Amino acid sequence: MNYLQNFVRLAGAALAVTLCFGRVAAGEIIVFAAASLSDALREIAAAYEKTTGDTVRLNLGASSLLARQIREGAPADLFCSADEAKMDDLARAGLIDPATRRSLLSNSLVIVVAADSDLKLAAARDLAMAAVRRLALAEPETVPAGIYAREYLQKQGLWEAVAGKTVPTENVRAVLAAVESGNVDAGIVYKTDALSSKKVRITYEIPHDEGPRISYPLAIIKGGRNPPGAARFLALLVSPAGKSVFAKYGFLTEP
Amino acid sequence: MSFEVWQVAWFTTWVAAVGTLLILPPGIALGWVLARKNWRGKTLVETLVTLPLVMPPVATGLVLLKLFGRQGLLGRWCESVFGVEIVFTWRAVVIATAVMSFPLLVRTARLALEGVNPRYEQVARTLGAKPWRVFWTITLPLAARGLVAGAVLAFARALGEFGATIMVAGFIPGRTATLSLSIYHLFQLNRDNEAWGLLTISVALAFGALWLSEVLLRKRPAS
Repeated sequence: MNYLQNFVRLAGAALAVTLCFGRVAAGEIIVFAAASLSDALREIAAAYEKTTGDTVRLNLGASSLLARQIREGAPADLFCSADEAKMDDLARAGLIDPATRRSLLSNSLVIVVAADSDLKLAAARDLAMAAVRRLALAEPETVPAGIYAREYLQKQGLWEAVAGKTVPTENVRAVLAAVESGNVDAGIVYKTDALSSKKVRITYEIPHDEGPRISYPLAIIKGGRNPPGAARFLALLVSPAGKSVFAKYGFLTEP
Repeated sequence: MSFEVWQVAWFTTWVAAVGTLLILPPGIALGWVLARKNWRGKTLVETLVTLPLVMPPVATGLVLLKLFGRQGLLGRWCESVFGVEIVFTWRAVVIATAVMSFPLLVRTARLALEGVNPRYEQVARTLGAKPWRVFWTITLPLAARGLVAGAVLAFARALGEFGATIMVAGFIPGRTATLSLSIYHLFQLNRDNEAWGLLTISVALAFGALWLSEVLLRKRPAS
């Protein structure tokens, strides 16, 4: 399906959603979302803005940092996290509208190296090789991508071997950047991030049954400035047109 | 406090001290040149030296990352000559803090050296002393208070460095974790109480350093 067809489908869905919700004055919707969703969300937001005249502001970063900002009162309308734990935290603090919470997407973890690197990592245990001097991960205690990677490595009994050579980064896209720059030998990112960059290549994809259960929940934030706008945008994200954009970037969508 | 507070505080103090010591010779030398000499490109040099003071620290960090990274000019040189990597190690922390403190040291050193009456130096020269001897025995002792104040100020700045450090060294517990990086890390972990603990230590160190600097810079009453 080419870009134009995709766009038309998205625009059509956005229009349908607008008609369903009635006419509201054009406003601003502030979306806090995990960094791994960058490309997909930008595409959906662009289509949404064209059809509705609303402005979508995307604040993309580590879900842990975003959740923290929301707790401190940052003006978000919609939050899309890369793991359930961050959303649970906000739910416990009464900051989300629980009726709007849904888990839409999943992802897989991959090990990447720079595109021009000749490192061959055929299995996760190859990360313990001496040739891998530095391994970039998202911060393994806070950022979802890092937590998923650490849990997987712990389950495989590899964490002790690699912990000494990890370079923790602020979010998963920073891992990608570190691998691209050549300052680290390998990195663990989401498959969707790896696919978005031509400067890295996937050397190993962590099989679904071995890997952690990755889930991206979304919810509308209570006390946001534009709840109807947030609802409209959320409706577009979960529509078939929205899901097809996510699928295009490599996300796994719940049926 | 369960977080290795004292290890982090010690590491921060240590890298700040090493960084400051590293920049003392070039900083004082440059301060002297700017204080005593005039030449056509002088304003350009002054501006370039002051640049890290006003540039966004992360921008400086990015430049350092490109220079000292594995693919960078100086990074590759260091690896081939010394066999060591710079980025993501304590060496990168030292370099980041040194670069960020350098402008402050040069400015204070220059002021201190400008405060030395050049006549004393000229008299010493007429009495036959070589320029180097004049510097060590006349200029330096007379400028000492100001120079020490400058060094302490640079040290205080180095203690609090964040932007450039996080770019070029990252936050690696036990290896590059400074006080400011650790505060940021704990904030992300929602461990605010421990962050406040580190904050208190940071403030105490900075306060002590600045106090000392101010005391040294205060002019002695004419006797």
